[in-house]
Amino acid sequence: MSDLSYVRKDMLPEKAPPVSEVGAIGWLRANLFSGWFNSILTVASVYLIYTLVSSILPWLWSPTWSAGSLSECREIVAELGKEHGGACYGVITERWQQLLFGFYPQELRWRPILTFVLLFVALAPVLFTDGVPRKMLWFTGLYLFLAPWLMWGGAIWTPLLVIAGLALGALAFRVLSGVIGALGATIAAIVAPILFWLFLVGPLSSALASIIPLGIEVVESRLFGGFMLSVWIGVVAIAISLVLGVVLALGRQSDLMIVKYLSVGFIEFIRGVPLITLLFVASTLLNIFLPPGTNFDIILRVMIMATLFASAYIAEVVRGGLAALPRGQYEAADALGLDYWKSQRLIILPQALKISIPGIVSTFIGLFKDTTLVSIIGLLDPIGLTGSIRADANWNGIVWELYGFIALLFFLSCFTMSRYSMWLERKLRKGHS
Amino acid sequence: MSTLELETHIDPAKMQVSDEVAIEISGMNKWYGAFHVLRDINLTVNRGERIVICGPSGSGKSTLIRCINRLEEHQEGSIIVDGNELNSDLKNVDKVRSEVGMVFQHFNLFPHLTILENCTLAPIWVRKVPRREAVDRAMHFLEKVKIPDQAMKYPGQLSGGQQQRVAIARSLCMMPRIMLFDEPTSALDPEMIKEVLDTMIELAEEGMTMLCVTHEMGFAQAVANRVIFMADGQIVEQNEPKEFFNNPQSERTQQFLSQIIGH
Ligand SMILES: Nc1ncnc2c1ncn2[C@@H]1O[C@H](COP(=O)(O)OP(=O)(O)O)[C@@H](O)[C@H]1O
Ligand SMILES: [Mg+2]
Repeated sequence: MSDLSYVRKDMLPEKAPPVSEVGAIGWLRANLFSGWFNSILTVASVYLIYTLVSSILPWLWSPTWSAGSLSECREIVAELGKEHGGACYGVITERWQQLLFGFYPQELRWRPILTFVLLFVALAPVLFTDGVPRKMLWFTGLYLFLAPWLMWGGAIWTPLLVIAGLALGALAFRVLSGVIGALGATIAAIVAPILFWLFLVGPLSSALASIIPLGIEVVESRLFGGFMLSVWIGVVAIAISLVLGVVLALGRQSDLMIVKYLSVGFIEFIRGVPLITLLFVASTLLNIFLPPGTNFDIILRVMIMATLFASAYIAEVVRGGLAALPRGQYEAADALGLDYWKSQRLIILPQALKISIPGIVSTFIGLFKDTTLVSIIGLLDPIGLTGSIRADANWNGIVWELYGFIALLFFLSCFTMSRYSMWLERKLRKGHS
Repeated sequence: MSTLELETHIDPAKMQVSDEVAIEISGMNKWYGAFHVLRDINLTVNRGERIVICGPSGSGKSTLIRCINRLEEHQEGSIIVDGNELNSDLKNVDKVRSEVGMVFQHFNLFPHLTILENCTLAPIWVRKVPRREAVDRAMHFLEKVKIPDQAMKYPGQLSGGQQQRVAIARSLCMMPRIMLFDEPTSALDPEMIKEVLDTMIELAEEGMTMLCVTHEMGFAQAVANRVIFMADGQIVEQNEPKEFFNNPQSERTQQFLSQIIGH
């Protein structure tokens, strides 16, 4: 037998790893003190964190919730003899309702609260697809009409007529698709409801209301404000822009030249313009183009602009997801005889959207924070309200507490969205690689 | 040539070729831009025929069989599948696609759906089969390809050979009359090739009309009743397997065969 020949006689059993690899000491060594440079960085970071926390915490811990003005606050803090001064929370105690609801009438505030709570009921079947009965989707559909009615109030006839408009569109499609073909019927199915909503819903609703006055008190848009306004604009824009964005992304990939160039043109135009410009268009320029005397709600206008803005970004994010799918997926769907819409809905979009989740959620978070820009065109979102609060003689000069409170509200919302998206990604990763 | 040992207890009586024409391709030409990829293809396939297509890489084999279910469009000539001519009429295309199954080199299973959902999707949405029935049918074909116990898993959890067998089952669930295979075993590890070929042989025994692009010459000899050799976008030679392998006529064929037998 040559020297090279070797045959293992007995197989080696598994051994436990050395202590330095596991346990608290192993972890510390691996993550914080691996090498002298990392050790220095660790010590320096710990010192920095200590310095920050030890000066901020005492400032945060400050029993000033009942103070009625900034000077009263300062007295309390001075009495305590705090080295770093203290926060003045009196402004939040006094103004939190306004920061949350703006000037929405106090006795009607149950309506936005109910709308907000119902939002989660409506979202549940969409966000958590398993574990929630599919039938709940009916409520989600209904919510689209219920929410605006609860927020703005008015006759019950308006939302019902808006739903009737949809039915009208469906009817137009049914009747006309046999007569003028699918494309013509689709156009009719889109145009008919829009004309109906624009010109008939108003008069019909008032006519019906004068016969059977069923409804809730109207709350005008100028009373909307505070964090409620941000959420209201944000949620509507997010929901609609997701749908519109997906349509635009598909349009951009379409074989139909007109559809493709319309989508590209829209996306590139919107992305090339700052949101604030669109908001100015909404607040001032739009009045020039609309027939005089039309009363096109300012919040509605802002919502439309924010939606268009976000949808262009969503379209690009989704396009990235579509491009990441292997061609084989399209081919397999085609080879099985699935038509365009079915293969998009069942095969392509579920995968493309899954890939796009981080980008989509980033866009939503960005959009939600961008709603604070409406303060520039005079809407009273939390930032818009700070002006008048800081102009108040009692609170003249307050900064950190007020903006900190608003920042906290936004942070909590955005952090929740971000966590949800991570959960969703993990859930969708199940099974397949 | 692959030295694969296949269990070939094939009963020739079962594999009768009928006179009925399944696919008729005449004077077909195709270009990719200025590149003339398929040149004057004439091919008639009868029902029950098992045809193996081979040829060097880039010779247009994939393009040819992809034209048969219009994953690629041809520009000249005609392709008639089951009496439906493939042209810009989308109704015909949809009809042909639901009658013709296709198995790809890279399986192309839908990774976000379970094995069972992969198999029931098209019957439910294209053929409007009730869900229960679609599930029964899917389980039947999954049993046939010998992986019913994987039905609830996702494609990513299966081996390559298993995935390809699922892909075959997925096509079969549409009850196709013709099956197209584009190098179904070339992405597989050697030990998995056999399980896929066995499945295909079983299909052939049942009288399925099959067009198969493959370099598994053992398979060709076992089941094909015709072997087609393609080069430069043309059909260079076709013959029954025995003659084709033992007595190739054209120089291109001889060259090609000597190359693949060298491996
Ligand atoms: N989508 C395409 N666009 C342009 N050329 C292509 C395309 N698909 C294939 N080809 C070319 O056509 C020729 C034939 O390709 P293919 O049918 O895939 O060959 P095979 O399957 O025989 O290897 C090759 O030269 C390839 O580069
Ligand atoms: Mg090929």
